Amino acid sequence: MIHSLFLVNASGDIFLEKHWKSVVSRSVCDYFFEAQERATEPENVPPVIPTPHHYLISVLRHRIYFVAVIQSEVPPLFVIEFLHRVVDTFQDYFGVCTEAAIKDNVVVVYELLEEMLDNGFPLATESNILKELIKPPTILRTMVNTITGSTNVGEQLPTGQLSVVPWRRTGVKYTNNEAYFDVVEEIDAIIDKSGSTITAEIQGVIDACVKLTGMPDLTLSFMNPRLLDDVSFHPCVRFKRWEAERILSFIPPDGNFRLLSYHVSSQNLVAIPVYVKHNISFREGSSQGRFDLTLGPKQTMGKAVESVLVSSQLPRGVLNANLNPSQGTYTFDPVTKMLTWDVGKINPQKLPSLKGTMSLQAGASKPDENPTINIQLKIQQMAISGLKVNRLDMYGEKYKPFKGIKYMTKAGKFQVRT
Amino acid sequence: MSASSAFNDEKGGSSSVGEPEYGHDPASGGIFSSDYKRHDDLKEMLDSNKDSLKLEAMKRIVAMIARGKNASDLFPAVVKNVACKNIEVKKLVYVYLVRYAEEQQDLALLSISTFQRGLKDPNQLIRASALRVLSSIRVTIIVPIMMLAIKEAASDMSPYVRKTAAHAIPKLYSLDPEQKDQLIEVIEKLLADKTTLVAGSVVMAFEEVCPERIDLIHKNYRKLCNLLIDVEEWGQVVIINMLTRYARTQFLNPNINESLLEEGGGGEKTFYGSDEDEDDDDEDDKEKKAEAATLAKRKPYVMDPDHRLLLRNTKPLLQSRNAAVVMAVAQLYFHLAPKAEIGVIAKALVRLLRSHSEVQYVVLQNVATMTIKRRGMFEPYLKSFYIRSTDPTQIKVLKLEVLTNLANETNISTILREFQTYIKSMDKDFVAATIQAIGRCATNIGEVRDTCLNGLVQLLSNRDELVVAESVVVIKKLLQMQPEKHSDIIKHMAKLTDNIQVPMARASILWLIGEYCEHVPKIAPDVLRKMAKSFTNEEDIVKLQIINLSAKLYLTNSKQTKLLTQYVLNLAKYDQNYDIRDRARFIRQLIVPTEKSGALSKYAKKLFLALKPAPVLESPFKDRDHFQLGSLSHLLNAKAGGYQELPDWPEAAPDPSVRNVEVKESVPEWTKCSSREKRKEKKVEKPFYSDSEGESGPTESADSELDSASGSESGSGSEESGSGSESDESEEGSESEQESEEDKEEDKKKKKKELKKPVRESESEQSSEEEEETKREKKSKQRKSDSESESDEEEESESESSQSESEDSESEAEVKKKKKAADSKPPPKPVKTENKKEKKEMSLLDLDDFEPSPSPQVTPVNTFMSNSLVTDLEGLSLSDSVLSSATITPSSASKSYELLHRITGEGLSVEYCFSRQPFSPDGNMVAVQVQFNNSAASETKNLHMEDVKLQCGMRVKEFPEIELLPAGEAATAVMGIDFCDSTQAANFQLCTHTKKFFVSIQPPVGELMRPVFLTENEFKKEQGQLMGMNEITERLTLDAKCRNEHTIVQRVTTAANLSRVPCGSDKECRFAGRTVTSGSLVLVSVVTKEEGAAQLTVNCEKMVIGTMLVKDILLALTQ
Repeated sequence: MIHSLFLVNASGDIFLEKHWKSVVSRSVCDYFFEAQERATEPENVPPVIPTPHHYLISVLRHRIYFVAVIQSEVPPLFVIEFLHRVVDTFQDYFGVCTEAAIKDNVVVVYELLEEMLDNGFPLATESNILKELIKPPTILRTMVNTITGSTNVGEQLPTGQLSVVPWRRTGVKYTNNEAYFDVVEEIDAIIDKSGSTITAEIQGVIDACVKLTGMPDLTLSFMNPRLLDDVSFHPCVRFKRWEAERILSFIPPDGNFRLLSYHVSSQNLVAIPVYVKHNISFREGSSQGRFDLTLGPKQTMGKAVESVLVSSQLPRGVLNANLNPSQGTYTFDPVTKMLTWDVGKINPQKLPSLKGTMSLQAGASKPDENPTINIQLKIQQMAISGLKVNRLDMYGEKYKPFKGIKYMTKAGKFQVRT
Repeated sequence: MSASSAFNDEKGGSSSVGEPEYGHDPASGGIFSSDYKRHDDLKEMLDSNKDSLKLEAMKRIVAMIARGKNASDLFPAVVKNVACKNIEVKKLVYVYLVRYAEEQQDLALLSISTFQRGLKDPNQLIRASALRVLSSIRVTIIVPIMMLAIKEAASDMSPYVRKTAAHAIPKLYSLDPEQKDQLIEVIEKLLADKTTLVAGSVVMAFEEVCPERIDLIHKNYRKLCNLLIDVEEWGQVVIINMLTRYARTQFLNPNINESLLEEGGGGEKTFYGSDEDEDDDDEDDKEKKAEAATLAKRKPYVMDPDHRLLLRNTKPLLQSRNAAVVMAVAQLYFHLAPKAEIGVIAKALVRLLRSHSEVQYVVLQNVATMTIKRRGMFEPYLKSFYIRSTDPTQIKVLKLEVLTNLANETNISTILREFQTYIKSMDKDFVAATIQAIGRCATNIGEVRDTCLNGLVQLLSNRDELVVAESVVVIKKLLQMQPEKHSDIIKHMAKLTDNIQVPMARASILWLIGEYCEHVPKIAPDVLRKMAKSFTNEEDIVKLQIINLSAKLYLTNSKQTKLLTQYVLNLAKYDQNYDIRDRARFIRQLIVPTEKSGALSKYAKKLFLALKPAPVLESPFKDRDHFQLGSLSHLLNAKAGGYQELPDWPEAAPDPSVRNVEVKESVPEWTKCSSREKRKEKKVEKPFYSDSEGESGPTESADSELDSASGSESGSGSEESGSGSESDESEEGSESEQESEEDKEEDKKKKKKELKKPVRESESEQSSEEEEETKREKKSKQRKSDSESESDEEEESESESSQSESEDSESEAEVKKKKKAADSKPPPKPVKTENKKEKKEMSLLDLDDFEPSPSPQVTPVNTFMSNSLVTDLEGLSLSDSVLSSATITPSSASKSYELLHRITGEGLSVEYCFSRQPFSPDGNMVAVQVQFNNSAASETKNLHMEDVKLQCGMRVKEFPEIELLPAGEAATAVMGIDFCDSTQAANFQLCTHTKKFFVSIQPPVGELMRPVFLTENEFKKEQGQLMGMNEITERLTLDAKCRNEHTIVQRVTTAANLSRVPCGSDKECRFAGRTVTSGSLVLVSVVTKEEGAAQLTVNCEKMVIGTMLVKDILLALTQ
């Protein structure tokens, strides 16, 4: 399946290669570079590039291209999904997935890749299993290893490999047993010029951090499970139980994991937490444009809107922007024409605004496109869909764990057209 | 030293900036040597005793490999550490080995024995990793070893090792495709594995090695369906894709009724199609078939329960977090599910659009294809495909494609409103795509054509030239549909020629004016005038259109344009581009009437101004669904290597019972012998009896009928017993449901069969039935799996009764099972209770199946046994006179070697010989008989050994001190040496009361073994296991004196301490032995041919011993 993997950095250097079958010359990446040159933006490189003898499937994460070389028919998503899993694993191991981190840990990276694929077919991708095989590098462990001469590599077959619950290792022990769940919802919306909603939907995830001793069996039930329209589960969730009773029943993996991601059914009206009043205009014949933007809270159910960040890609003709924010700070990058305004918290009494002028290229005609405004925000202590967890129970173990649930709402792809 | 190494480092570093691979090239010697030196420190580290240094070195080497630097010259130094105790070093050595073994095949062989040892390790992780590395080393010579290892691992206790074996299969296949048949056997075995861990990997191997052997899946189909949800996600993808293909060959199209309605002629098609299958049809048959076909048509479609099982068990996987799994299920539903059920996948696919952009890209491509076939299912999600300004361009274009496909009369207004905002985007490529999309919407939906056209005309005043050009091209296409109405638009466009510079747009305008010049009679000549002026500065594509325009105008309005046309044609005549010159010449001949102008010019007007059909604006995704969705080939719209075509639905469902029981491949053969009369009978019965069955098997071929009846019968037993162990708790509900379904079906079949029985009584039938049975018996003999063979009549009735009595059905089923097992087990075992003669025969027949259990004749002499005893036994067991004469006591021929010469020993001479007697104090030692001769004048005292220097692992048992050896006397002593199966010398000092002599004993390789007795079968079996690198074959010409068997045997046994193995043919002599220390088998066979030619084969696990032994025996036989 996957023949080789090349990691290419932003400047087009191959800084790591790994082959699972016979060696493929790195010149095969020339086709990739060609496509990269043709694409104007880094994210416009086609994920699948056919070459005379191979196919290149690549993903772009953290400004690194992960280019997989394959030789014959394989579902492209299979490769793409795997590459993303590789990146996730690196992130899990090294904290960040940057070129420097990979270069520093090249041996661990190699050992990981060796375990993750056998002959190009995924072997072990579950983080818990990998961590038993190859322990993540920490400063403490490195020191201990240099002194005692022990290694980072496990000698026994990870227990998860053989069990029915491959995601959990046996013999987990904690002094403080705790289970935290974060319900995070994101609003994706497109608001048109006049302020009416074109499309809006809510996507949510429940991320968990479970540190429990032994083999606990958890159940999580909701007050209003009908809200969840389309769900996708971590493999640990028992699907039958969900189908029958709408209860999440699972033996959790150890540590951090995403338990569930869901979509809130579209019948429910989506509350839009903020509104934007905007007036962005260019006059014919003058080299000046007006920029006027005001934000206000809309349906927030009494909660404060925090960490608001407004960004907008201004037309190419704009040379500079001279603006005056009523709160927060703004930056304008004259090269990329990206305007960002870090608003912070919206105070309903005194609405934040950004006003001023834009200077255009002299003599150029007025740009006929209007910029779209992207908004990021956070609302703590609330899930905008109204989803509520009813209770969390634990079976199979004797102790009393500490349980916690946190709600949060964020703006996902929230765009206002002007 | 550190300074010099630093210097080298620097040099190496500078050289590596260029192309590190040049290090290989001897021409660039300077770089090479510096590279070489640079690695010296690494080599030193690798040779050291400290694991930490080794680890450090390996880490640096792996870092080099990762950067793509060449580290191949370190191979010898690295490979030495393959047996290192430190597991991390070991793993890194594996990494290195797999990377470079292909380049350095010979050296790589040194590591093989380590892996072979690893394969027998008690730790399953080590066994698995040994197999992984062994199979990853791409060295052709070890193919047999790999094969053996895979076979062994396939029956390992640990499922993890079995999984690794499944992974190794495609590796071996890619290395040596000739092993395919053997590998398929292993795959077949692993497919029957019941653990989820193995399932995914073995299906992957199946897909890579033998995707065409769909018949292997039959009996595993239900198991795979039921295990699916517990298989790891990557395996799920592979299994689902494979099952899609499988289902396409085995089930009927669930949308058949719909397609019948659509196509109309579908019914006829089936009728003729099935006719082709029959070789010789007469009228009667045809009529009955037609009847059956119409019957089938009327009957509602009933889905095969197995088809349903697949759909039901894959559906939960739509909830998987893995996008590849979701996509796999989606494509399965798209290709297999009834139309009404496909809707469920839309939601899941739309969810994937929230994922990474690469995932979106692939999903959108597939959605685009689906929306063409089944628009309805994505319509509710229209808004999810709205485009955001932050999407990458390639995603935008794909979303646009989906939106265009989804457009219909009801939603077109909202879509067009969206498109309007897109046109204002900053991304010009995207704007161009939007304009094309508008064009397509306009062609597809008549009502909005005018609106679209007006909108596009407005775009003509856009400032961006690209936008204008794209609009012109699209407008041109739209106008072609109804030109009469839009002369004002054409006029508007004519004006644009002054401003638009994009060649494609200019060409399009010119073509439009030329084509519809009759609608704009005044403007057209004027445009031509302007164009004639600028002709020389135009692009080629525009020039061609100018010539076209002038020709068309000349034909319609020659008065005004004659001179202009001439002018243009003259300009074109001297153009640089030959296409343009050609076109001008051709058009001049065609349109300008001359005396000799041919008949064609009369038709010039018809040629140029013929009515052209309007172009069809089609989606690029049309008809892409003939590729399996989600595949690479679909994405590229081109067949990728190794793509398995998605088969068309069968006209009639193949026998569904194959999934119940063991695979029955005997069907085609059976068809031949079945008489035609019987078929006729079938045909008559068919509609009569099968009406209750629906369509699950309406046109089952006649021959499969029998199978299915008996097959489903016996299958039910296995199903019931199997389901308990296989299914997990959560599955139980569905399981039982399925079972009940099956039961019903069974009952029906049973009834059917009962009814049929009286009808079938012809002799031929009976015989053929018997034939079938015997054939199957044979088959089951070959197969080791213990599933049931077909049931006979008696059992059938019995099982029927058992089913009615629900209470004791279990116990009865057990009994049944036992009975069946007794029937189906390979004959050798049941026969055991009968006479022994037969057993012997059996063992001779299927040698390979027979386990290495003690043979009836002689127990193999594995333990150490005296030589003479072996020969005695040999004589006892074999009455073969030739052989007994050939057995020679080798000790008589033992050769003595000099240990100490008389002169250096000052009168004491010492000789030694290998007595070939067992050394009683320690069985692992070679007995050495030492003979002392005192030819000096004085006596020698206190003869003993001292200061023994040995290679590691070797041991010596000293001979007892000889206190006194008088002058002229001789004495013998026996000492034992454990040579550790090597020919390294044992060095020691021979001391007398006055002197010390340094002496050494070096054994010839032939003395490092002791004879064992093997039977012919055992010999063959052992030889079969020592193939590949363990086998050395040499051709030779025998010495003139040594052409009879006797001498060959004598010489071989003299050269090596082996015993003769009985052999049927007199052309071959076989010998066997074991090495003294490790007890590895040594097998020698000499095959004689005409005129002294012979072939010598030595099989030995220890390759070094093998090679040396070959040399020695060769020498012995040729001199």
